[in-house]
Amino acid sequence: MLWAAGGCGRTLVFGYHFTAKSDLPLLPVLSSCPAISLLCRSASASGTFPVMAEEENRVFGASEASLLIRELRDSFKSGRTKSYDWRVSQLRGIEKMIEEREKDIIQALYMDLSKPELESFFSEISTSKSSCKKALKELKKWMMPEKVKTSMTTYPSSAEIVSEPLGVVLVISAWNYPFLLSLDPVIGAIAAGNAVVLKPSEIAPATSSLLARLLEEYLDKSAIRVVEGAVPETTALLDQKWDKIMYTGSGRVGRIVMAAAARHLTPVILELGGKCPAIVDSNVKLEVCVRRIIAGKWAANSGQACISIDYIITTKQFAPKLIDALKKGIEESFGEKPIESPDMSRIVNAFHFKRLVNLLDEERVYHKIVLGGQREEKLLKIAPTVLLDVPEDSQIMQEEIFGPMLPILTVENLEEGFEVVNSKPKPLAAYLFTNNEQLKKEFVQNVSAGGMLVNDAILHVTVPGLPFGGIGESGIGAYHGKFSFDAFSHKKGVMYRSFEGDSSVRYPPYTPKKQRLLKALINGNIIGIILALISWYRK
Amino acid sequence: MGGEKEETSSKPAFDVGAASELVGKLRGAFASGKTRSYQWRESQLKGLLKMTEEHEQEIADALHSDLAKPELESYIYEAAMLKNSCRLALKELKRWMVPEKAKTSLTTFPSSAEIVPEPLGVVLIISAWNYPYLLSLDPVVGAIAAGNALVLKPSEIAPATSSLLAKLMGEYLDTSCIRVVEGAVPETTALLEQKWDKIFYTGNGKIGRIIMAAAAKHLTPVALELGGKSPVVVDSGIDLKVSCRRIIAGKWGCNNGQACISPDYVITTREHAPKVVDALKQELEKFYGKNPLESKDLSRIVNSNHFFRLSKLLDDDKVSGKVVHGGEKDQSKLRIAPTLLLDVPRDALIMQEEIFGPLLPILTVDKIEDSFDVINSGMKPLAAYLFTNNKKLREEFVMSVSAGGLVVNDTTVHLAILSLPFGGVGESGIGAYHGKFSFDAFSHKKAVVYRGFMGDAAIRYPPYTKMKLRLLKALITGNFFAIIRAIFGLSKD
Repeated sequence: MLWAAGGCGRTLVFGYHFTAKSDLPLLPVLSSCPAISLLCRSASASGTFPVMAEEENRVFGASEASLLIRELRDSFKSGRTKSYDWRVSQLRGIEKMIEEREKDIIQALYMDLSKPELESFFSEISTSKSSCKKALKELKKWMMPEKVKTSMTTYPSSAEIVSEPLGVVLVISAWNYPFLLSLDPVIGAIAAGNAVVLKPSEIAPATSSLLARLLEEYLDKSAIRVVEGAVPETTALLDQKWDKIMYTGSGRVGRIVMAAAARHLTPVILELGGKCPAIVDSNVKLEVCVRRIIAGKWAANSGQACISIDYIITTKQFAPKLIDALKKGIEESFGEKPIESPDMSRIVNAFHFKRLVNLLDEERVYHKIVLGGQREEKLLKIAPTVLLDVPEDSQIMQEEIFGPMLPILTVENLEEGFEVVNSKPKPLAAYLFTNNEQLKKEFVQNVSAGGMLVNDAILHVTVPGLPFGGIGESGIGAYHGKFSFDAFSHKKGVMYRSFEGDSSVRYPPYTPKKQRLLKALINGNIIGIILALISWYRK
Repeated sequence: MGGEKEETSSKPAFDVGAASELVGKLRGAFASGKTRSYQWRESQLKGLLKMTEEHEQEIADALHSDLAKPELESYIYEAAMLKNSCRLALKELKRWMVPEKAKTSLTTFPSSAEIVPEPLGVVLIISAWNYPYLLSLDPVVGAIAAGNALVLKPSEIAPATSSLLAKLMGEYLDTSCIRVVEGAVPETTALLEQKWDKIFYTGNGKIGRIIMAAAAKHLTPVALELGGKSPVVVDSGIDLKVSCRRIIAGKWGCNNGQACISPDYVITTREHAPKVVDALKQELEKFYGKNPLESKDLSRIVNSNHFFRLSKLLDDDKVSGKVVHGGEKDQSKLRIAPTLLLDVPRDALIMQEEIFGPLLPILTVDKIEDSFDVINSGMKPLAAYLFTNNKKLREEFVMSVSAGGLVVNDTTVHLAILSLPFGGVGESGIGAYHGKFSFDAFSHKKAVVYRGFMGDAAIRYPPYTKMKLRLLKALITGNFFAIIRAIFGLSKD
């Protein structure tokens, strides 16, 4: 998800200019400026939204990070975060914050991404809220130790699995769903009773600073903190010892996070991305299918979502029909000039705009455009673009697109499509549209992906009973619902014995008789037990 | 646990090229889909079981050669435990493999959902020298049960068991998918440069860090089974004889203290300490006789490196005067007698690193509750033990002491409960295994949702009208009247 923009010691400078007529940020101006360590400085006094907090001179470095973690460790050690009451009060705080500040959240998301209000509401606000509600409803049950069976060897005894918080955890989130992807892990961390530091993405500065403000206002800041910043701040944080790090973003940064975690033996969850395919059969209800593809691509933050459809695979014969239907569907959804549609997010910044344009303008790719292709640099908008039969070795088929372009690959039969998918790194999600039961079975059996959804896209993330996470290049570990609680808990195996029933067969000196008896006992051989007891064994 | 370098004989080099070729072959075998079938998994698990049954004596001999491990110990802790693991996997495998249905939500109605366990691919298992048979094969059971191809790298510090494993696994298992690579640091380094779908390492935190850093390059998930200083808290008012026997069984009866969940030190109250020391002495003599250096019921120290390490801990100026029992050594036989030390300083090296040998320091505190602070001030251990009859103390122990696992009124036996996850937390490790948890450790839980083409509501799709937004909000908040108002366009805003 998070692309190279913030990496390599490069920082970005944003200024949000307001016009008199509306409060819409029109021009996110971007330039690279290696000399400035903190990003997001505002240029002029009026008409510019100061994105970062006022403390311009305060740098968050190694000593600040170590001080912060010490404070949080003390809070954790006090035991406060372990109590059910504390966890509930913080989750309620988040719920309240979302309810009371909905407008602010929508506005911040609009500034960062021109995200349409309905999308913000549906995919960030209500999803966060339901995540909170679920945790509040289930927390008591989740916290209960789970009784397990014990074995003959340890009779008499009892055993249980106790969930305990890990300690102080770090959540590093992404810019594309900057509200949800920040709060959803935080909800899990709190539910499991941890102290937590959230580092929101500097590439969505309005949401980042809103989160910093709101979390302080609504939550217990002795145990829950937000650190804003880019590479230097993240580096300072990663140098500390955490009890878990959860990172949402790209594989490149994921590797850096995991290598940093290795120094302290810190477990990680990495929520990454990948090229999520959608395989489309010819027997589908085309109109519904296309609407769902649109919802899973352009209506998902203009394709800037980790589980958004990256490319389509269909048969040679069916491709023209699919393209026609997509054309119609896109027009219905976004009008004749989709670049002007308020119902599509913009590209997050000029860096990504350029990256996407480069993918599109590759010589072998550009003339494969069958739909769209228009772009407006000033608005950072690219129209929904469909490409047919781009070469497999072109850049657009090598990296995660993460934007509004949708290549369609064609195959002779759909089983071949499974091979195409499996020849690439494992994606975070894979989609299949079909009415063929056999094909569904083969798909589930033969295609590996973080998760899969048959006959729709994206919506599987809203099923709270399912783990959400990647596999291989698409990530490590999973969360959502109870899985979030588990992700931030240690499952402590606890066994209880009494002083009764102590058998000397366990203890030295190990006589041949003990040995025979023990073997017979372990093998459950009754005759052997009797023989051993009366020392009648032949061996 | 251990894991240091040792000279190996001049075998043909297993280098990066050989490692990459090996992984390539295994990837091909995995891609053929062979390891996914229930039949293949079952046949391999049966092979492991048969191998362990048919070569019990050879296994015991190899363990004796590597560690002078008493036969009964080898039998219980290595052969029998492994057989148990195989049997449980064989019995439960069908159930483990069945996808688990999950509830769906209103948002996706109508739909159904399930969690499908799928193998990760080609996995690497690097095991340890102290229980070289069990700790090699127990993860292998999990990897096979979950349908993976795998490479096992046994520890070069237990060479007899390592070569026996290489020989037997070649005979009993499908070598197109299951392979053993013997060797030390160079071979392990060559293996670690490859891309694996999971790495499972048993050993120490130093190597654990190297493994995880190597895994990070390929985004490979890891399970790290490490160790730590596992404490035993001994309250008064208990059956002291039984308690001491159980402490001894978990310390010296477990490979002479060379076990990752072996008691590392004891904490008791000042008043109670003399009684504990006396009872331990008494039972130790009953178990191992007056001259324990000669006892056949104690493993030896694995090699001279470790013998010197342990001698150094014991000969520390601040420590040597604290010996209240034992302390005898025989360098030629690599033997150290069961040794009790009373009130060693907390900053002595013996209280700073995992002892992993037959030395048992006893710390004293004023109140027994203080012992929990002592434990929590150190790194999180792999296990923590408490002997008490006090229910409140027990509850507090479970609530406030963090460790991989806990046992009340015994030591080490939780390892045998396959319904409990076995694994560390913090410095004692990442991830857990045993029983179903082993299957899970080597599986990806793939979330799958099925939908039909029915029940498609325009509300999800652009263009986003005001009415859609109102309706969506009303639907999500479950506000019935708002839904009606929105549908009829009666909303006020």
